[in-house]
Amino acid sequence: MKKLHRRSFLKGGLAGGAAIAAVGTSKHAEAAGSFGGYPDSMGVLVDLTKCVGCRTCEAACNKEQGLPAPDKSFDDPSVFEEKREGGLPRRTTEKAYTVVQKYDVPGREHPLFRKVQCNHCNEPACLTSCFVNAYKKTPEGAVMYDHTVCVGCRTCMVACPFYIPAYSYSSAINPVVKKCIMCYDTRLKFGKPPACVEACPQEVMTFGKRKDLLKMAHQRISDKPGAYVDHVYGETEVGGTAWMYLSDVPFDKIGYDTHLGDQPIISYVKEFLTIVPMVLTIWPALFTGFHLLSNRKEALKNEDTKS
Amino acid sequence: MNSLQSQGFAPIVSHLKKDGSEWTVKEKLLLGLSPKEYWAVQLRNPFNWVLWVIYAVGLPILVGRFIYGLGWVTHSSYDYPWGLFLGWGLFTMVPLSASGFMMGTTVELFGRKDFKPLERLGLLNGLLGYLFAVMFLQVDLGQPWRLIYPMFVSLGPAAVLFLVAWHVATYLSCQVAELVPAFAEWMNFPKAKQFIKKIVLGLTVAGIILSTLHQGALGALFTYAPGKVHPLWYSSSFQWFQFFVSAVFAGLSMLIVVSTLSKWFMRWRCDETYLNNLSKLTLGLAKGASLALITYLVIRIIGIAHDNDWQYLATGWGAWFMFEMVVGVILPLIFYTMAVRNSNASLARFSAFLAVFGLALNRLNTALITFNWQLYQEIPHWREVVIVVTVYATYIVVYRAILARMPILYTWKENK
Ligand code: SF4
Ligand code: SF4
Ligand code: SF4
Repeated sequence: MKKLHRRSFLKGGLAGGAAIAAVGTSKHAEAAGSFGGYPDSMGVLVDLTKCVGCRTCEAACNKEQGLPAPDKSFDDPSVFEEKREGGLPRRTTEKAYTVVQKYDVPGREHPLFRKVQCNHCNEPACLTSCFVNAYKKTPEGAVMYDHTVCVGCRTCMVACPFYIPAYSYSSAINPVVKKCIMCYDTRLKFGKPPACVEACPQEVMTFGKRKDLLKMAHQRISDKPGAYVDHVYGETEVGGTAWMYLSDVPFDKIGYDTHLGDQPIISYVKEFLTIVPMVLTIWPALFTGFHLLSNRKEALKNEDTKS
Repeated sequence: MNSLQSQGFAPIVSHLKKDGSEWTVKEKLLLGLSPKEYWAVQLRNPFNWVLWVIYAVGLPILVGRFIYGLGWVTHSSYDYPWGLFLGWGLFTMVPLSASGFMMGTTVELFGRKDFKPLERLGLLNGLLGYLFAVMFLQVDLGQPWRLIYPMFVSLGPAAVLFLVAWHVATYLSCQVAELVPAFAEWMNFPKAKQFIKKIVLGLTVAGIILSTLHQGALGALFTYAPGKVHPLWYSSSFQWFQFFVSAVFAGLSMLIVVSTLSKWFMRWRCDETYLNNLSKLTLGLAKGASLALITYLVIRIIGIAHDNDWQYLATGWGAWFMFEMVVGVILPLIFYTMAVRNSNASLARFSAFLAVFGLALNRLNTALITFNWQLYQEIPHWREVVIVVTVYATYIVVYRAILARMPILYTWKENK
C-alpha cells in the first residue's frame, strides 16, 4: 500500500478515530502534497469538434461490458431529444456506462455532440469517499469498482463531481454501482484501447499516455488557432482526469462544470480530517481535567460547610 | 393511564408489591395490570388507533422494500442518491439524539447532580435516536446485510463515513452500557449496576469524543460535494463545526421536547422529584441551548463571510436561508433567552419545539432541498415517505414502552 502517500496519512488519522490504537502519527507525517496521478498512466483525449453523434461508442460499450439491451436501438437519434428531470440531457445509467449528448449551439453549423463516461480522475472522489474501499485506481489509470464489498451507501455517487456512478436500484438482492471501468479487465490491462475508443469511426478519441495526450492537446490548440477553446478540460479539473476534452465551444455552454476548481475533492474534506487526531488526543485529557476540577470544587464546598 | 391513576392505580416503583411479595417480570411488563386491564387501556388510547393505521399501510410497504428493492419505494435517482431515509433518519435523528452525551457530561463529568432527574431521559433519548438512525440506514443501504463490511471485511479508513460507522457503533454500545443501571434496577440485577458505576467516567469521556467526531463527521460528509450543496449551506472549513454545535442545541431542545411530552402524556409514570424539578431543569437546559444557538449563529455567519457568499442572500435561496435562520435559530435564541431571564419554562418549551424544527429544516436543506440546487428539485416518492413515518412510529412505540416500565422518569425504590 505504498501508492498514495497522502491517503495513507489520512488513514492513520481516521483509523485512529476508530480504534485509537492505530494512530501511527509521525510515520505518516510526510503526508500532504497532491498525488497527481501515476506518472505513466493512460488516458483518452476526446476531440469534441470531430464527433458526429453516431453513438457507435455506446453500442461498443454495451457489447464489451455485457450490458442489457437498450430501450431504443443505438441508431435511433430520437434519444438526443430525451430529457431527464429538470430538463437535463440524458446521463449515464445502470444500463449505459457511456451516453452521447447533443447540444444545439447558436451560430455553430452543426450541433455539438459530447460523449459522457467516467473521467477516471487522478484522485477520484468516489474512491476517497468509499468506506469499504471498493474503488481502486490502477497504475494504468482506470478507476475500478469492486461490487463484492460495496454496501450500497451511495456516498460515491454523492461525491462524484461529474455525476457518473449509477446504481442498480431495481435489484433487491444484489444492487451495485454501475460505471465505466475503462475496459480495464478486457483491454486496458493488456495495453489495448477501450472498446468505445476503438469503435469510433471518426477517430474522435485518442488513447495514449496521459502526459503525451496533454502535449498533443496543447499542440492541436496552437496548431490551429481559433479552432479550439484554449483549454483542455480535465487537465487540472479536480486534480486532473484521465479522460480529457478539446472543444470549439466554451465548455460551460455544453454542460461541463467549469467551477470545479483544480483541487481534488478530498482536499475539501481535509479540514475535518485534520481535527480528528486532535480531538482524539486533546479531549480525554481536557475533559478528565474538567471532571477533577469540578469535583475539587465540590470537595472544597463540603469542607466549607463542615467548618 | 393518566385517568387510571386518578382512579387509584399506582404504577410499579419497586420489586415488592403492597403485600410484600415480588413482582414477576411478566407483571412488570404489563405495568402491574392484569392482561385484560392492560389491553383495555391500550384499546382506549386514541394515539394507538393512529399507530394501527400507520402500521396497516406502512408495514406492507416496508416489507415490499426488501422484496422489490429500493427502486420500488424511491425514484431511483442517480442524481439524488440520498433521500429521506438518510436526510431524516440519519442526518436529523442523530443530532436530535445528542442529548445522551451532554447529560452524561453535565452530570457525571461536571458534577451537576441537580440534573440527575433528567440524566436517564437524556441517555435514553440518545440511545433510541441512534438505534433508529441505524434502522433507517438499514432501510436505505442497498445491501443492508453488509452493514459490518466497513468494520471487518473491507476497510476504507480514509473515508468520513468510515468514521461515522465506527463511531456510531461504538457509541451505541457506550449508551447501552450507560443505561444498564436503569435496566438492572428494573430487573433486579444489582451487580450489573455496580459494574457500570465503576466505569461511568470512562464511558462519559468516550461519549464526548465519539460524539464530537461523528456529529461533525455527518457535516463533513457534505464536503465531498462542494459544488452540489448550495453555498449558503456549505462551508469547507466550518461544516463539521456547524453540525457539531447545532447538535448541541438540538439535543438539549429535543430533551426539553420529550420531557414535556412525557409530562403531558405520561404523567402517571413521573415521580415527584421529576415533576417538581422539571421546570427548573428545563430552564437550565434552555440556558445551555441558547449558548449553543448563539455560537451556531455566529459560525453560520462566519461561514458565509469566509467564502464570501453574500450575493446569494439576495436570491430565492437566500430568502429560504433567512427563513431557516430566523425561525429555526434566531427566534428560538430570543425565546430561550427571555425564558431564562423571566424563569418562564413554558416559553422555553415552545422555543425547544422551534429549535427542533429548525434543526430538522437545516439537515433536510443540506441533504435534500438545496442539494443539487443547480439541477432540479427531487420530491420523495410517496412510499419513501410512508416508510419514514412507519419507522419513526416504531421509534415512538419503543420509546413509550421503555418509559412506561424502566426507571427513567421515576426513581426506583430499592428493597430495604
Ligand atoms: S468521474 Fe466520478 S466516478 Fe469517475 S473516477 Fe471521477 S469521481 Fe470516480
Ligand atoms: S455505494 Fe458502495 S462503492 Fe459507493 S461508497 Fe458506498 S460502499 Fe463504497
Ligand atoms: S471505456 Fe469501456 S467501459 Fe468505459 S465507456 Fe468506453 S467502452 Fe464503456
